[in-house]
Amino acid sequence: MACWAAFLLSVGLVNADKLAGRTRKYKVIFSPQKFYACEMVLEEEGIYGDVSCDEWAFSLLPLDVDLLSMELPEFFRDYFLEGDQRWINTVAQALHLLSTLYGPFPNCYGIGRCAKMAYELWRNLEEEEDGETKGRRPEIGHIFLLDRDVDFVTALCSQVVYEGLVDDTFRIKCGSVDFGPEVTSSDKSLKVLLNAEDKVFNEIRNEHFSNVFGFLSQKARNLQAQYDRRRGMDIKQMKNFVSQELKGLKQEHRLLSLHIGACESIMKKKTKQDFQELIKTEHALLEGFNIRESTSYIEEHIDRQVSPIESLRLMCLLSITENGLIPKDYRSLKTQYLQSYGPEHLLTFSNLRRAGLLTEQAPGDTLTAMESKVSKLVTDKAAGKITDAFSSLAKRSNFRAISKKLNLIPRVDGEYDLKVPRDMAYVFSGAYVPLSCRIIEQVLERRSWQGLDEVVRLLNCSDFAFTDMTKEDKASSESLRLILVVFLGGCTFSEISALRFLGREKGYRFIFLTTAVTNSARLMEAMSEVKA
Amino acid sequence: MDCYTANWNPLGDSAFYRKYELYSMDWDLKEELRDCLVAAAPYGGPIALLRNPWRKEKAASVRPVLDIYSASGMPLASLLWKSGPVVSLGWSAEEELLCVQEDGAVLVYGLHGDFRRHFSMGNEVLQNRVLDARIFHTEFGSGVAILTGAHRFTLSANVGDLKLRRMPEVPGLQSAPSCWTALCQDRVAHILLAVGPDLYLLDHAACSAVTPPGLAPGVSSFLQMAVSFTYRHLALFTDTGYIWMGTASLKEKLCEFNCNIRAPPKQMVWCSRPRSKERAVVVAWERRLMVVGDASESIQFVLDEDSYLVPELDGVRIFSRSTHEFLHEVPVASEEIFKIASMAPGALLLEAQKEYEKESQKADEYLREIQELGQLTQAVQQCIEAAGHEHQPDMQKSLLRAASFGKCFLDRFPPDSFVHMCQDLRVLNAVRDYHIGIPLTYSQYKQLTIQVLLDRLVLRRLYPLAIQICEYLRLPEVQGVSRILAHWACYKVQQKDVSDEDVARAINQKLGDTPGVSYSDIAARAYGCGRTELAIKLLEYEPRSGEQVPLLLKMKRSKLALSKAIESGDTDLVFTVLLHLKNELNRGDFFMTLRNQPMALSLYRQFCKHQELETLKDLYNQDDNHQELGSFHIRASYAAEERIEGRVAALQTAADAFYKAKNEFAAKATEDQMRLLRLQRRLEDELGGQFLDLSLHDTVTTLILGGHNKRAEQLARDFRIPDKRLWWLKLTALADLEDWEELEKFSKSKKSPIGYLPFVEICMKQHNKYEAKKYASRVGPEQKVKALLLVGDVAQAADVAIEHRNEAELSLVLSHCTGATDGATADKIQRARAQAQKK
Repeated sequence: MACWAAFLLSVGLVNADKLAGRTRKYKVIFSPQKFYACEMVLEEEGIYGDVSCDEWAFSLLPLDVDLLSMELPEFFRDYFLEGDQRWINTVAQALHLLSTLYGPFPNCYGIGRCAKMAYELWRNLEEEEDGETKGRRPEIGHIFLLDRDVDFVTALCSQVVYEGLVDDTFRIKCGSVDFGPEVTSSDKSLKVLLNAEDKVFNEIRNEHFSNVFGFLSQKARNLQAQYDRRRGMDIKQMKNFVSQELKGLKQEHRLLSLHIGACESIMKKKTKQDFQELIKTEHALLEGFNIRESTSYIEEHIDRQVSPIESLRLMCLLSITENGLIPKDYRSLKTQYLQSYGPEHLLTFSNLRRAGLLTEQAPGDTLTAMESKVSKLVTDKAAGKITDAFSSLAKRSNFRAISKKLNLIPRVDGEYDLKVPRDMAYVFSGAYVPLSCRIIEQVLERRSWQGLDEVVRLLNCSDFAFTDMTKEDKASSESLRLILVVFLGGCTFSEISALRFLGREKGYRFIFLTTAVTNSARLMEAMSEVKA
Repeated sequence: MDCYTANWNPLGDSAFYRKYELYSMDWDLKEELRDCLVAAAPYGGPIALLRNPWRKEKAASVRPVLDIYSASGMPLASLLWKSGPVVSLGWSAEEELLCVQEDGAVLVYGLHGDFRRHFSMGNEVLQNRVLDARIFHTEFGSGVAILTGAHRFTLSANVGDLKLRRMPEVPGLQSAPSCWTALCQDRVAHILLAVGPDLYLLDHAACSAVTPPGLAPGVSSFLQMAVSFTYRHLALFTDTGYIWMGTASLKEKLCEFNCNIRAPPKQMVWCSRPRSKERAVVVAWERRLMVVGDASESIQFVLDEDSYLVPELDGVRIFSRSTHEFLHEVPVASEEIFKIASMAPGALLLEAQKEYEKESQKADEYLREIQELGQLTQAVQQCIEAAGHEHQPDMQKSLLRAASFGKCFLDRFPPDSFVHMCQDLRVLNAVRDYHIGIPLTYSQYKQLTIQVLLDRLVLRRLYPLAIQICEYLRLPEVQGVSRILAHWACYKVQQKDVSDEDVARAINQKLGDTPGVSYSDIAARAYGCGRTELAIKLLEYEPRSGEQVPLLLKMKRSKLALSKAIESGDTDLVFTVLLHLKNELNRGDFFMTLRNQPMALSLYRQFCKHQELETLKDLYNQDDNHQELGSFHIRASYAAEERIEGRVAALQTAADAFYKAKNEFAAKATEDQMRLLRLQRRLEDELGGQFLDLSLHDTVTTLILGGHNKRAEQLARDFRIPDKRLWWLKLTALADLEDWEELEKFSKSKKSPIGYLPFVEICMKQHNKYEAKKYASRVGPEQKVKALLLVGDVAQAADVAIEHRNEAELSLVLSHCTGATDGATADKIQRARAQAQKK
């Protein structure tokens, strides 16, 4: 609840001014919406009269030609940890806005409790304002809503596609990144917009990192060749060259040197032996072999205090892929972690457990006392509204079974050629097809959840997978190729790259709507307790 | 039809005025109009009569009666006036009756005599009384102007948004002005008054004397003044029997007319229409009606009865005890067609159509004549337009028939105007009906708009007619039918003699789920009438649960409101209800309610986390949620408490809670932390430096870095730090210190649980190749190659790898072979490989 903190800060500001006897006029602008609770706080603080409130109903920020972000990073923690549903309405309104702009969506699919709630709220909005979208030709043929907790695994993996790596290394904020002096090779930092406008970036963003350097050097050679052309030119050609091409070349030159700088910086950090070991461990976890070895790797990671966030990420990855840690490991890893990074992380573990990210394997099928309490609540008539926070206690990730069912670990004979990817697994060096993307692929192929019952059951989403198709088929074939994918709780650049690849293969065009662009570090930070 | 123009009276060169009957009045008036206070609303609105007003029969103990009639004289309401003496009546633009009392209070009544509200025209009036009042219409709404006993004016330009303006004093005004009126110019209301021979204009800042240009001399007093409907023109009646007509700005004179009557007229009003050819003023005396045109001509009528004039947008309505008439300037289209011997295209077309019906060939002749002049389109348009201005359906029909006939001979005549006229006329004829009694003209109807007309029908509770009109005009449901049904339902819930069940059922039957009908609005109305049960029943029909919440809260059905709010999925709404509930219920009940609503609970918890930490604790206590309670105290131990004792105490509470939650791990961890805190405190006291809040690992590291090795080892034993961790820790710390001697001693203290590769790595990190090499030799066979590569001994690494016959190791070494220096090694590996493959 970052907004809360900011809001309370401003309240404190007003109060401080008041104490100091200053009278000023204040204005608080709430975005994307004003909450009643905020007004209550103002009233309770007795400053309601001093502050005027406004609402900026801003919900969608286009970060790129195919990426819309709601810039609600707090969505993840608020919903998946605290069970706070306030943002669902915001999502529904954003969908409503899109459907007023682009006509109704003829085919809707979704998976996850939040997806279902958002979908239903949105439907209600549509019904209330009926007639507006009716009769419009749909421009977007499919919409797919997906909860982040359906697939934590993908979000927890280290990213190796260029854009994802840049995000992991430098943190992309609102589509732009701050390249420090080590990248710009000057003494200044530089803020760079990363989107399709950047010609160089656009060509490498979806590439596996191992290809990027080769590509960039090729590009550099081409550029040099173009520069070199001027040698043989006469005056007139030279004039042409200077007035028309030089600027573009210079621009390209600048971008190229930036990205080469970024690559170098990433290489320095990532291609150390450590990183290779890390990736190896991750792949082992995904494939489910050498668990003992991986566990001791994680332990060593913690003992050496490599990074609190990284350690936590590996623990979560282990827990989810293994359906929870065995009790001995669960205890010892936690103890080690607390000793390394401080006792306040006891709360972090409590959070992770609640969110279902780091759990203990349940002995057999006997339900613990807590779980039976939860199941009692589930049978209650309020079941539909029970928060995820509770239900996650009872659910198991079943990753291994899902992986087998959906064939997430490609069987590779020989080397996986990352230059010419065969499937979406290339975004994780050919070791793993992102679960979220695979689900989307499968559903789109079938045009429904049919035949995926087992997978849906394993995902604990039996009640929350839905398909909704309108009968009248006014949608043009053009629009049916357009798919809006909505990630509730954030999506990673790797997932975006994977789906872009799928789109190229199958002739789809994906548009992404996410509550925020996320990565493993952001997820873990959202769950961590830190001393203020 | 020759006598059709019989009631046409020429005025000036070009204009005709006609007067026709609208209704013969249905009312059974016992007294003369002159004995009543009369107010009639424009746009064919209702008529209010206050009989026996106080001032006439002060002695009589009979209370006055306020009657409200429709324009056709149908009684709408009748009530005994129980309030104070009334000075003036008037209708607002919303058809509300404003009754200005002598004490300055203005009472507002609805069309059906229902009291709405009241307001006052200021305290000053209380002493001075109101002498006279005017209700006038502005673009903002309806205004009230009063003249007090102190001869001061106060006005409000819009009674809907009451702002009283006291007008400046008129210098030397000793007695009441002989006549006055409210003027509206440039969106500002003024007062124009006449005192003796002088005219004054009052605006909110000043009082200025004005003189009408070209006024005949000899005037010693103005007896009457009239402003036109649009405030554009002004007429003054002088005691010399002259009528001066000019613009309301008093800049221009239109004409002056001597009517030779010096008696003060009873009423004087303007009779003009937009784009009038000959504007006229209608002056009424007891038995005489005079229409004076601006070309200094006049028409006279005899009044059989006491009559009352109502100015309209395009004419004047005149009603008496028996009849209700309309006087207006004949519209251009009608004049063209019906004027005697008119050769206008419309007139010819009408004639042609008549001949056609008679099956006479003359029809063709007329038609040809029009066509030869190329005026058929114009003819059709004229007929359509004229039909709109006719009052009699027969006449409307024959004109429309002519238009339709003419249309047949036109290729491309857009049908819209014809169709719309037919529709409009049907609507107009329907509302003009005797039973409805809204005698609107076409121009008035267009000015009023269909929406307002529908509102007025609804106001008169003529729901079926309103709905029929909506359906006939195919208005969108939300603006039309549903809106009217909703009004109907709101009216229905006020019928107290019908049971709740019946009302609810009747409403639901009729409304069903018509789009745009808000059941919650109807329910709110029901609640407003004190019918809570009915309101709840009605709310159940409301499909949007969010809409139900505010009213449920108002009715104190908070728990129901909570579940509805949750159903709506709108968290903000849930929150609103929660805070209501919190104030309404005692804490225990409140928590119990929350317990059954997990979504609300989590929302409230979120709020508490930021606002009311204590409440959060209570919440967990109530639920026996020891786990969260423990977490709560842990957080408190570093966020809220500062003293070490307080922190330890908080941790103790947390540990107890964790035990209760059967979370042994957390309890133990918390106890360890308590121990650590105390220890850190002691370390700070004894050794100085910063220890508090370091993790165990960092505490030990700090000790080693500070050279307190013994202490460090003691701590490690006390907290049972695993060997592996301790080795890593020491290794890193000693390397940081670059205490290579100690490191070597340490490495030899016993067999390393983490192997010796880390030693190599860490030395290399500190760029100490010499030390690194020492350890490289001790690295176990599995990692030997790596270690050798780390210290840069490629050749030896190659040997080891070949010895191991390990393909992966071979490639690793190969990848480290650079250029010329390691050429020999690379060859060696290649050979080894080849050999291995042979085997």
